[in-house]
Amino acid sequence: MFGTTFILAIRSILRHKLRSFLTTLGIIIGVAAVVTMVTLGKATTAAVQQQISALGTNILQIRPGQGFGRGGGGPRPPDFKADDVTAIRDQVAGVTAVAPQAQTTATVIYNGANWSTTVNGTTNAYFQVQPWPLVEGRYWTWPEEQAGKAVCIIGTTIRTNLFRGGSAVGGRIRVNGISCDVIGVLQTRGQAGFGGDQDDVIIMPIKQVQRRFTGNPDVRLMLVGTDPDYDSAQVQSSITDLLRERRNITGGKDVDFNIFDTAQISQALTGTTTLLTQIVAAVAMISLIVGGIGIMNIMLVSVTERTREIGIRLAIGAVASEVLLQFLVEAVVLSMLGGVIGLLIAQFAVALMSWLGSLPFLFDVQINVIAFAISAIIGVVFGYFPARRAASLNPIDALRHE
Amino acid sequence: MADSEAPLIRLRGVTKSYGEGATQFQALKGIDLDIQAGDFVAVMGPSGSGKSTTMNILGCLDVPSSGEFLFKGVHVEKLERDQRALLRRKYLGFVFQGFNLLARTSALENVELPLLYRGDSKQLRRETAMAALDKVGLKQWWDHTPAELSGGQQQRVAIARAIVTSPDVLLADEPTGNLDSERSVEIMELLTDLNKTSGITVLMVTHEPDMAAFAHTIVHFKDGLVERIEDKHRQGEAVGH
Repeated sequence: MFGTTFILAIRSILRHKLRSFLTTLGIIIGVAAVVTMVTLGKATTAAVQQQISALGTNILQIRPGQGFGRGGGGPRPPDFKADDVTAIRDQVAGVTAVAPQAQTTATVIYNGANWSTTVNGTTNAYFQVQPWPLVEGRYWTWPEEQAGKAVCIIGTTIRTNLFRGGSAVGGRIRVNGISCDVIGVLQTRGQAGFGGDQDDVIIMPIKQVQRRFTGNPDVRLMLVGTDPDYDSAQVQSSITDLLRERRNITGGKDVDFNIFDTAQISQALTGTTTLLTQIVAAVAMISLIVGGIGIMNIMLVSVTERTREIGIRLAIGAVASEVLLQFLVEAVVLSMLGGVIGLLIAQFAVALMSWLGSLPFLFDVQINVIAFAISAIIGVVFGYFPARRAASLNPIDALRHE
Repeated sequence: MADSEAPLIRLRGVTKSYGEGATQFQALKGIDLDIQAGDFVAVMGPSGSGKSTTMNILGCLDVPSSGEFLFKGVHVEKLERDQRALLRRKYLGFVFQGFNLLARTSALENVELPLLYRGDSKQLRRETAMAALDKVGLKQWWDHTPAELSGGQQQRVAIARAIVTSPDVLLADEPTGNLDSERSVEIMELLTDLNKTSGITVLMVTHEPDMAAFAHTIVHFKDGLVERIEDKHRQGEAVGH
């Protein structure tokens, strides 16, 4: 019986192509909207998480000043001292390592090729806080770090641009006119962070950078590695207390530095994007339900329009359940067809928008399955009422219907 | 037809009324009628005489308000809606005044429709439907939709659809009502031929004495009762009671 009604339903759908298309349009748009919105939302969440995790986990960044900007016109808050680094490392519980950083921009020359990049002076603690494997060469030694030797570890972008992708270790580059031995090349991290190429960097012992480039022993930024067993908030407050004391910020005065907790930011951003995803999904879901009502509407009109046809079928010997099933199958097939088309459109839309918005392309199986299932359920729910009406028609009245 | 004495169809004291109370209208006031298998019966009478109501009951589309309707010895008045549908599917074929073919559907698919409900395989459906179209002389028109066929041809397709399941009874409700006289005669000749060669019992409602003349038995209705029965086999002998 099901096979028969299925054939009849398909024939009826194919016989009225335009009507069928218009009927499914609501479902097509609804499914496409739900899947696109949710997928893009998830892609955004994933992108945010990726960017945050690129900064490292269990890491606190400490900078002078409040917030990211310099803020106001007042005097610039002083940088940190080398002693602050050791003080935090030695006096705060839950701190595994502290890497000071001094940064400058520089022009690098090798073999006639030149490249503008960022020079990052730090200590070996940097690689401890934020593991970054090498593809060739080595890290610098303790004596090299202490002496502030002119050795450097370069990102792959530098290698590509100066060494044309060949081996760089053993090469001697000139950084702002100062000669420096390349001892290692970092593994590619790719595009991340809040814009910018993470591999476009040269890392040197901090003492070399302070002496030759910045010209002072100050520390712009500290990366603090924390023990995951300790409460991050507790560690932060200990550091704040210590730095207040060391920077002579008494009592009620605002601090002139900020501590940026990547885990905290990650949680907050992920929470926000997830909430946004849920809101747009809910809105899109409404359009899906409206699509279902569209199907019911057309099916009801169709039952009236096809009253005579139903009368013929009943006279020929169709039992009520067969007529019911045919109309129900028509509704379900239409809505599932709409579901499939909607899914296909959604994939294109997601691909297009992830390309435009440089988000990762995502195929989320879960939402595709859910959206398709909902489209099928909508077919059953909204198709049942018109189908029951068709099946309950009196054959004599139906045949007489003009 | 094991027992030639037992009629295929037997109506006893059949009444039918519509509505309730003061607005009640009695369409049939007690019909007794026997129809033998293989007969060709024309039902005549003015509008409102009860002939259409009787045809609806004989076609198992409606049930009597009271009385008995035996079809092949089965009490149809006691059957459920779906059981009557199955009875129609198996034993009855319908031809209507307005042809009632499915639009945008080829002649072949129209004729196949009853076979679909019967659950025949695709191959069998096609062969049986083509054979039925051949019987009505429209084999080469199988892929035409009703809009591409003349009225006479459409009615032939409808007849093919009615006989495709080899039913016992063909019920025709004014089959020539929408056709000119030349086409009408062709349709009547086709029905006569089917009655003769296939032994199918034909029940036909008509207004036109010319068409009724093709039948062997003519039942005249008046005011919800059988007025008289003309029997051409046994002139003068009343079949009704």
